[in-house]
Amino acid sequence: MSRQRKAISLISGGLDSMLATKAIMEQGVHVEGINFFTGFCVEGHTHAIRKKDKEKPKRNNALWVAEQLGIKLHIVDVIEPYKDVLLNPKHGYGANMNPCLDCKCFMVGQALQWIKENDFDFIITGEVVGQRPKSQRAETMPIVQEESGAGDLLVRPLCAKKLPPTLPEREGWIDREKMFEFSGRTRKPQMALAEQYNFKDYATPAGGCCFLTDETYSRKLVDMWQARSDREYDLDDIMLLKVGRHIRPRPNFKMIVGREEGENKYLEGYKKQFTYLRSTSHTGPLVLIDGKVNDDDLELAARLTARFGRGKTADEVTIEATFTDGSVKELQVEPLPPSQLKEEWYV
Amino acid sequence: MSEHTLEARRLLCPMPVIRTQDKIKTLEKGDKLTVICTDPGALNDIPAWCRINGHKVLETKEAEDEVIVVIEVGNGA
Repeated sequence: MSRQRKAISLISGGLDSMLATKAIMEQGVHVEGINFFTGFCVEGHTHAIRKKDKEKPKRNNALWVAEQLGIKLHIVDVIEPYKDVLLNPKHGYGANMNPCLDCKCFMVGQALQWIKENDFDFIITGEVVGQRPKSQRAETMPIVQEESGAGDLLVRPLCAKKLPPTLPEREGWIDREKMFEFSGRTRKPQMALAEQYNFKDYATPAGGCCFLTDETYSRKLVDMWQARSDREYDLDDIMLLKVGRHIRPRPNFKMIVGREEGENKYLEGYKKQFTYLRSTSHTGPLVLIDGKVNDDDLELAARLTARFGRGKTADEVTIEATFTDGSVKELQVEPLPPSQLKEEWYV
Repeated sequence: MSEHTLEARRLLCPMPVIRTQDKIKTLEKGDKLTVICTDPGALNDIPAWCRINGHKVLETKEAEDEVIVVIEVGNGA
């Protein structure tokens, strides 16, 4: 009797990977899920931070999908190796700082390594020909196969009939006729298949699973690199870009201003790493200073901090600046009037 | 069987889940792991990960700004 074949499926948390996985499970293959954490994944971070979002359900969609499918999910931290993908994308960026095609090659390559280490037979993705302008086009499908090294061990069940037969099909591990020929940006075939599989609830497919596709986030990332003259980053750097208002009044420093209680609390975790400002005379935000500041810079930062607190219309606000060496300086300042808060300071 | 604690404060999901997963790989069936987090999302995500990977959640607690999940390692280790 032939052994049961095993496949790993790239689970993003969206509908397509859920459907692709189910299509292969239906053929009697043992499937487990894999999800890669690059540090830029949207997955509820800002919800977790912001107090106002506390009532929204917080679920990791990849975990939720795996549970609906009844499969194991392996979440892999790829923050370090992903840096090379982001910093040196062979195929360039999309509309923002999203290196989608390189990212797909990288993730399939990681999955290939995983199946070799865990004695699995092939890889599944929810890709659909023509669905994404950068990474899911007819001409990019073979690029992903080739550059990831997965070759014909990569099965895309949702559009398999539009692609050459893969090894699992040729070997009879799976039946090509039980897969699909979806293409283009329409979501109707996926919706119909979801109905057929009785999937009532699934994450909205919008391609919004990565902060690098977001214009504002990408701008903050580039600003950070430019200010440091270095594109190196760590997890704290990229997490902080998701939190607060980012204001750069002068090239040598940026202020990260908490917008509400949840963000202030989150920023408190960085008090040992940054100079921070807070009003002691009025309620107001916690403000981190990223960069080196002189007395004049500090005065401006204090006036801006006052501007974002309850004392914004007061004649004078007391701001306490705490430095990374633990020393404290108290400043009495007039809040910066709105007319002097320049739009271009907002990153 | 032994008891272990995992410090996952200040980490945002899915990092607490990843740290839990990686820690459990080093443990034996029946071991207990207490995970301490500050991201309230962990209260859903760690139990979900445990359910699909064959581990038992013995207790979840929310105290002040912390979330604590106590896990008994199952066959999935």
